[in-house]
Amino acid sequence: MLTLSHISKTFNPGTVNEKTALTDVSLHLEKGDFVTIIGANGAGKSTLFNAIAGSFLPDTGSIVLDGQDVTFQPEFKRAKSIGRLFQDPMRGSAPAMTIEENLALAAGGGGWLSHVSKAEKAAFRDKLALLGMGLEDRMRQPVGLLSGGQRQALTLLMATMVPPKLLLLDEHTAALDPGTAEKVLALTESIVREGKLTCLMITHNMSSALELGNRTLMMDSGRILLDLKGDERTGLGVNDLLRMFKENVGKALDNDRMLLS
Amino acid sequence: MSLSAIWSLAQTALELGLTCSLTVLALFLSYSMLNVCDLSTDGCFTLGAAVGAVVAIAGHPYLSIPAAMGAGVLSGFVTAVLQTRMGIESLLAGIIVNTGLYSINIAVMGKSSLLNMNKTVTIFTRMKDLLADTPLAGQHELVISLAAVALVILFLALFLRTRLGLAIRATGDNPDMVRSSSINPVFTTTVGLCISNAFTGLSGCLLAQSQKSVNIDIGSGMVTIALASLLIGQTFMGRGSVAKRAVGVVIGSVIFRLVYTIALRFNMPAFMLKLVSSVIVIIAIAGPYFKSQVPMLRRRLAGSGKEDG
Repeated sequence: MLTLSHISKTFNPGTVNEKTALTDVSLHLEKGDFVTIIGANGAGKSTLFNAIAGSFLPDTGSIVLDGQDVTFQPEFKRAKSIGRLFQDPMRGSAPAMTIEENLALAAGGGGWLSHVSKAEKAAFRDKLALLGMGLEDRMRQPVGLLSGGQRQALTLLMATMVPPKLLLLDEHTAALDPGTAEKVLALTESIVREGKLTCLMITHNMSSALELGNRTLMMDSGRILLDLKGDERTGLGVNDLLRMFKENVGKALDNDRMLLS
Repeated sequence: MSLSAIWSLAQTALELGLTCSLTVLALFLSYSMLNVCDLSTDGCFTLGAAVGAVVAIAGHPYLSIPAAMGAGVLSGFVTAVLQTRMGIESLLAGIIVNTGLYSINIAVMGKSSLLNMNKTVTIFTRMKDLLADTPLAGQHELVISLAAVALVILFLALFLRTRLGLAIRATGDNPDMVRSSSINPVFTTTVGLCISNAFTGLSGCLLAQSQKSVNIDIGSGMVTIALASLLIGQTFMGRGSVAKRAVGVVIGSVIFRLVYTIALRFNMPAFMLKLVSSVIVIIAIAGPYFKSQVPMLRRRLAGSGKEDG
């Protein structure tokens, strides 16, 4: 489904701010893979997502999505097949527009000059009801009135409205309170499972990284350090992960946020 | 002052307000929806006036309308290309186009800075003849400007609910979201600016034809006047459906002209119009800011009072 070959990226090359964000990253995802990614701050997790989504052109390497080389495709074109959620719940929806209008944008379909039909509105309503947040009765309210958790759930719905070939989740529950985060995570799981979506999820929560999905990547200094799947992944605990990190990097993982959660 | 004098003043304000409200609706699209402050508005207004006048003088009163709007589309397209394809800051792109349009406008007007349409057949004279024997006789200016405003509002209300319209609104509302979505901001910005400048061109064309002359300065300060009207309209209607807000900005435009007409009655010299519009824009934008500072000031004053005591 997704193949990254030898992706490297250095920001501000040749200056004092030079930062090598990705070093020769290669990765292959099968259709239906649900991969969780963990790693300290600055490990290159978000940069990896930016490379896949097309926010910048990698210095080397190529990206093939569903058999199509997208390395040089602009971001908005790739966005047709890639759904993406960010940590900031405010980033994924337009606040001055109503829930209905946001969903209509996400649903796409129809011509540029087509209006949202009654049938579509009914479909939006049904989808919103699945979130269990009562949003189906607030379809004509501006999204700016929703809470962070509601907005993130709505963004999740928008990103998966037209099932994307690839779903990128960048710590999308990190800015939510624990209860809401759990709810959004459960929603994520059911949407990914039911849609059989291929999904990459960055998380700082090591136990949920091991619980969710079928594969876990650990990144450090722009490299994929560990790639756990199948038998070697089952039965692993957080302490095993920490030990493996130490063995591979030669130093203990020093991310409080990851250790405390 | 007699009642008929008051009515005639109100009518002047209404006609002028409606004609210029087309420019306000243009800014409603570019400024309120797309979040682009289009500073080419002045030049585009004059361009619409000049092109419309030249075409009408050449003997095509009806063709003058689409010609002026087409010229507006072109101008908007150039502004859009500068800011989306050439990396020029959006404010600067507007200023550059505005400056360039000055030369173009004089060229359009045949190297002259004034065109007279006293004997020209325009849509206004046609409408005047048409209404001659009806109860609406003499109201041709009002009829045309009202019809134009109604059509533009209808268009905006329908258009902004289409998928393209929604995409344009999202581009202005949350650029972050649009950047990581399948909407191409280059496309939406370009379409938005082309449409809004078509309205600006139409506005200029109608004003020139109703005044029966075009002066190279006809559009100067238009962007500030339109912004003032837009902000007045927004305080009246607040947030609501697109159609309601569009009607609101038209009312804002008429109120602005009404206030201005009344001020003229009290012997305010005509050249003060631009200053008045500047002050209104300042008040409308700075007002909410100062209002938000009031609790802070109040607590500070109260706090320092206690410490002293």
